[in-house]
Amino acid sequence: MTDPAIAVEDLVVYRGKRQVLFDLSCAVPAGQVTGLLGPSGGGKTTLLRSIVGVQEVRSGTVTVLGLPAGDRALRTRIGYVTQAPSVYADLSVRDNLRYFAALTSGADRIQEVLASVELADRAGDRVDQLSGGQRARVSLACALVGSPPLLVLDEPTVGLDPVLRRDLWNLFHDLARAGSTILISSHVMDEAARCDRLLLLREGRLYADDTPAAIRARTGTEDLEEAFLRLVSHAEEVR
Amino acid sequence: MNLAITAATAWRVLRQLRNDPRTVAMLVVVPSALMILLRYVYDGSPRTFDSIGLSLLGIFPFVAMFLVTSVAMLRERTSGTLERLFTTRLAKLDLLIGYALAFAVATVVQIGVVSLISFGWLGLSAPAGLGWVLALALASALLGMAMGLLVSAFARTEFQAVQFLPAVVLPQFLLCGLLTPRSQMVDVLRWLSNVLPMSYAVEGLTRVGQGTVDAVLIRDVLVVVACIVAALALGAATLRRRTA
Repeated sequence: MTDPAIAVEDLVVYRGKRQVLFDLSCAVPAGQVTGLLGPSGGGKTTLLRSIVGVQEVRSGTVTVLGLPAGDRALRTRIGYVTQAPSVYADLSVRDNLRYFAALTSGADRIQEVLASVELADRAGDRVDQLSGGQRARVSLACALVGSPPLLVLDEPTVGLDPVLRRDLWNLFHDLARAGSTILISSHVMDEAARCDRLLLLREGRLYADDTPAAIRARTGTEDLEEAFLRLVSHAEEVR
Repeated sequence: MNLAITAATAWRVLRQLRNDPRTVAMLVVVPSALMILLRYVYDGSPRTFDSIGLSLLGIFPFVAMFLVTSVAMLRERTSGTLERLFTTRLAKLDLLIGYALAFAVATVVQIGVVSLISFGWLGLSAPAGLGWVLALALASALLGMAMGLLVSAFARTEFQAVQFLPAVVLPQFLLCGLLTPRSQMVDVLRWLSNVLPMSYAVEGLTRVGQGTVDAVLIRDVLVVVACIVAALALGAATLRRRTA
């Protein structure tokens, strides 16, 4: 097996006085879609922030594409989409993309990226005139425009209609087939089945780091939500 | 730092301003209207109008850019765009200089219009030359921007950011020598006045009004520039790539 795109070892993170991640270790393989699943408040965003290098960590190491997280050389290689759409509401869709393209040298891909998130017809509209789901897609487009080898997406499909959600998942798999690594968080368990690999995170601890098939086999159920519940109750009995 | 990224940031901030025509109108119209009001309040004493009017050309851009920057930077912090920018190759200096360039353009427009009205119509005079007026006005604007950036780190909401305006501006306004000559203040207030940057902007503009281009005027400009650099450095320290 080749080196993982992301390797996390014994990661401990506090936010304020509260411990959010407890000695967390996991690996995200390159060229696949890995889902980070778990209830909200479980530490998903904190883990993603640690990977993109904007989170202060207490101890442990995070290695991304062979470099320590936050390394200067990684800044052109990661596309990060925060949970709340972080784009400029007072700019048009196209102006947002132009700006993020200038930060990543992807200016010639604006039209292509807008088409891939199905916003080509809204390019001239101001972001604050769009719906929540459309804003989320603008935010996603701003990460895609630089064609980064690693995409870190914090709940990018929340509030989207099922057809669009399916299309975006197809897009993620297309990108992965083309060689990108995609780490995507969700609190919706029905998205778990769409991933090549799953990390189940709850209360700052990892309950699984495996393929959906292996998790189903280990827990003896086809339903991934039920599998998650069994993993949690099993871990609690052991503890 | 990367010139293309700095320029893209300046262009982006200008587009945001341009998409908010009401703010642009307020930036341009309010100083001009106040100057007209002032002219007729001091209808009987043109010399008073000259001295206060010139000082105001330094105070307007300070106040305007302080407000615009503190709110704009607070939005960057709270909307998540700042966090996102810090995962890209944008350097802090790209952001700071990008903002500075955009607001310098806005200040040139603001001061251009108010100067046209003041010098062309209201009879305000700047014997030392308009170049000095523009230089001091630009310096004041950048000082306002740098201090706005700094206070945005201490505000969590736009309400709080706006409340910083009277806290930062009014003491400087009272002590800058516009209402009472600084030489007539009691010692403590004069010392205080000596460490507040607006005092130097106003003193410089007063010199411009007297037509004396001397070492004091040049020192005043340098002090304001030094304060801009200091406030920007402190503001930059509040922009952290990694946060708790």
